[in-house]
Amino acid sequence: MNLQGAMAAIGLALLSSLLALLLHGRPGSQRLLAFLALGLSAAASLVAGIAALSTGQAEATTLPLGLPWLAWHLRLDALSGFFLAIIGLVSLPAAVYGWGYCRVYDDAPARLTPMLAFTGLFVAGMQLVLLADDAYAFMIAWELMSLASYFLVASHHERAEARHAAFLYLLMAHAGGLAILLSFGVLAGFGGGFDFASLRASPLNPLWAGVCFGLALAGFGTKAGLVPLHIWLPEAHPVAPSHVSGLLSGVIVKMALYGFIRVVFDLIGEVHWAWGVAVLAIGAGTALYGVLYALVQSDLKRLLAYSTVENMGIVFLGLGLALIYLGNGQVFLGALAFVAALFHALNHACFKSLLFFGAGAVLHQAHETELSRLGGLLNRMPWTGFLFLLGCLSIASLPPFNGFASEWLIFQAALQAGSLDSGVLRASIPVAAAVLALTAALSATTFVKAYGIAFLGQARSPHARHAREADFSLRLGQAILALLCLALGVLPTLVVEALGRVSFALLGHDLPSATAHGWLWLTPVAAQKASYSAPLVFAGILLAVAAWAAVWLILKRKRRDQPVPRVPAWDCGFGELSPRMQYSAASFSMPIQQIFRGVWRIRADSQPAQPEPGLGHAAYRRYALHVEDWLWQALYAPLAAGVLAAARRVALIQTGHLRHYLLYSFFTLVLLLWLLR
Amino acid sequence: MAASLVAAAPLDAAAPLAMNAAGWLLALAQTALFVAAAPLFAGWIKRVKCWLQNRQPPPLAQGYRDLRRLFAKRVRLADQASVVFRIAPYLVFGATILAAAVTPFLSVNLPTAAITDAIALTGFFAFARFFLALAGMDIGTAFGGMGSSREMTLSALAEPAMLMALFTVAMVASSTNLATVITSIETQMVMTRPSLWFAAFGFLLVAVAETGRIPVDNPATHLELTMIHEAMILEYGGRHLGMLEWAAQLKLLVYAVLAINIFNPWGIAHEDSASALGLAIAAMAGKLLVLGIVLAVTETLQAKLRLFRVPVFLMLAFTLALGGMLSFIILEAG
Repeated sequence: MNLQGAMAAIGLALLSSLLALLLHGRPGSQRLLAFLALGLSAAASLVAGIAALSTGQAEATTLPLGLPWLAWHLRLDALSGFFLAIIGLVSLPAAVYGWGYCRVYDDAPARLTPMLAFTGLFVAGMQLVLLADDAYAFMIAWELMSLASYFLVASHHERAEARHAAFLYLLMAHAGGLAILLSFGVLAGFGGGFDFASLRASPLNPLWAGVCFGLALAGFGTKAGLVPLHIWLPEAHPVAPSHVSGLLSGVIVKMALYGFIRVVFDLIGEVHWAWGVAVLAIGAGTALYGVLYALVQSDLKRLLAYSTVENMGIVFLGLGLALIYLGNGQVFLGALAFVAALFHALNHACFKSLLFFGAGAVLHQAHETELSRLGGLLNRMPWTGFLFLLGCLSIASLPPFNGFASEWLIFQAALQAGSLDSGVLRASIPVAAAVLALTAALSATTFVKAYGIAFLGQARSPHARHAREADFSLRLGQAILALLCLALGVLPTLVVEALGRVSFALLGHDLPSATAHGWLWLTPVAAQKASYSAPLVFAGILLAVAAWAAVWLILKRKRRDQPVPRVPAWDCGFGELSPRMQYSAASFSMPIQQIFRGVWRIRADSQPAQPEPGLGHAAYRRYALHVEDWLWQALYAPLAAGVLAAARRVALIQTGHLRHYLLYSFFTLVLLLWLLR
Repeated sequence: MAASLVAAAPLDAAAPLAMNAAGWLLALAQTALFVAAAPLFAGWIKRVKCWLQNRQPPPLAQGYRDLRRLFAKRVRLADQASVVFRIAPYLVFGATILAAAVTPFLSVNLPTAAITDAIALTGFFAFARFFLALAGMDIGTAFGGMGSSREMTLSALAEPAMLMALFTVAMVASSTNLATVITSIETQMVMTRPSLWFAAFGFLLVAVAETGRIPVDNPATHLELTMIHEAMILEYGGRHLGMLEWAAQLKLLVYAVLAINIFNPWGIAHEDSASALGLAIAAMAGKLLVLGIVLAVTETLQAKLRLFRVPVFLMLAFTLALGGMLSFIILEAG
């Protein structure tokens, strides 16, 4: 039944794509019907996913598609149900939001039709990835997802940076796809067939299991944006249309997570703790690298993309802990870390898509995502500003929001390192936790910067000064996600209970102690060891807001007689303020740039600009900061140069003379005849 | 109930999450005392500093007089002030009071202590700081942005050191619940554990940075270019300023109480009897007096650090805390 629901969701997503094609040229109905079908598909996948998660039962079937000797195997279990629910949770608001957002493309049907068609295909591909139960169907679905999202990234193909980003994305997606294929190949080589049941049964010796794990980590890590394979992510996610950016950052990276969990925790099964150390180190490095780069970005959408890298690092840090504990036979603690990682993935899906939608609303209304040209938007876009603030609070992992709950669980899992035998592990896990603490604090800094520069202060450009509140559908899409962030943060016990079923189905252990004291108390190990009551914290924060409201109401009468005086800002008496006197995005992060210098490749251009005419205007300098990814220069640029040089060498045999080519053919034939003798 | 897991701690296993009205009332009274005592502690430090610097100290009640004056004043708002600027004082003060409410002050038998653990406590301060920094950027003055930028930078560096110190303590007590930590440390031989010594020094250094005292920040400065915390609240006045000042004093007291109760908890009440609480009040008052003198002496002897020297200071705190963690793992555990 649940599986049928999930298949219906795929059908509806494909229908959305089909409707977009059929209604080409009638943008109004095309937009409405395509997004309606997409919304229905999201709702169906949400329902099916939650149902599969709550029953914990796996359902399987085969479809007469695919190769003649290998029908498509489909299966829906608790793990895929959880990720299916994530797709639903994000795609539903994305459909609501996209309907309003794509209105600007109404007069450009040549852009709108492919965008809608590929969005449907993209969502269908992601849903199919989760249902696939054999390597063949998985790879087909994976490529469908990658290719459809490639076309979405290339939506604005008239811009050079979009073409460049899309090409890089395609290249990395295929390099990653190759690694995934080889990882399945190792499993299939030892197992009897391509369906996951035979892969699961394949007897791997430790060496081949390690090879398979490494390939899976590289392949899925590319899609998830793990450093150093993240290079495409900050290019590709921002250039897509904003409702797609939300899906890309919110959901598609979770598909990589799903694939990694499926291969490592399910198909390989017998994990080794050393893998956990590798994943922990890569996760911690990714988290820190991502947040340091997010901090110095001056474009809002690029900042959010780097923050996705950071959050995937945090999720993999949690998974690394889970692998370490499982490899050491501590199944309960492994389940705790595993649940914490999944919880953070869910939270990230919600707040990152919320923030991308907010950035999209800003782009829609102010035509600008460059922080140095925004400012003061909260007064002009109060709803968007409020919802974006909720997203910032969530991603900055502040209690009682959802980001805090999951990071707290990861901390709790890390603090149980004392139960491990190896002293090295006991010492290195708390250091990873300290890196996580640094990451969380830097992330708070990043989002104070993003919010403070974009939404507070004075407008830095005429566009920002004349921005208006976004349409209802844009606000509704964000409001759903903001509510979700709050609900997930305030009621973590319910989420942990549901996620316990995933870990029970996969690892054979759930977390009865975490919710043993009712919905009010989250007690991961025992009440004595640690407890967290998000509802009571939320009540405390509400009390503070209520105090404000009470003061406001009490003073209402007094305010009518004597309105609160609005005066020019004091600013220590330095005189009139202009928007240019404010701290900018670059100046806000300057102290951190000083402290962590060497992490980035920063090019600072400083040129004298023409003084404005009139008396008293000094000549000023124009200062621009360009941040380049250090790994691009250190790793990718030499690699690309090497490939080009090799290609040039090979090109020597291309002389352009027909006789040479005939000669090559002749020698090849002789060689083949000799080989096949 | 998980009684077997806490054999080390002589605490009723069901106690933390139990809901008894008397306990909650007592917790409320303790929080009120906590909040009320904050200006007094700040006043005491100021008094000792005045003595050390041959100045005439203001009366101890001056802190309360200042607050009364501020709360009676009318609020004036800058033209550009948004709702974030207006609500931030309430959220900052509220989150700081929440932090005080979950910190064991006089008694470990505190029902509110179960709401959060040590990690979430730092989360409350992070919440308060987030809104304070946003409020600093709201008016669009250069000073406000400067304060926010510096505050967030330094707190980002302080956070790992703070959590590393807390992790060390949590590993020693095998719990992050503050009441359990305090009980556990009280029953152990604190002086023989090098890990706790390291952690205590690391914690004290970070606490100085987090509460904005010399050598990291100077709450008494009048020079805008050196300000951190004060720069963010320059545009505030009236009751808003009163709440922010009070929150800063309360934060200082919470950190002082944490340092005292975690690393030197003798005298803290384990039951809600009048004699135990009376002893706890006396012990806490005495320890706060001593800590205030220590703070005043170090602040008098030291000069404020340059901003870009502060990371070195925080790195020292982190290294100390890490040393505590390693010495626990190598020397004490296993």
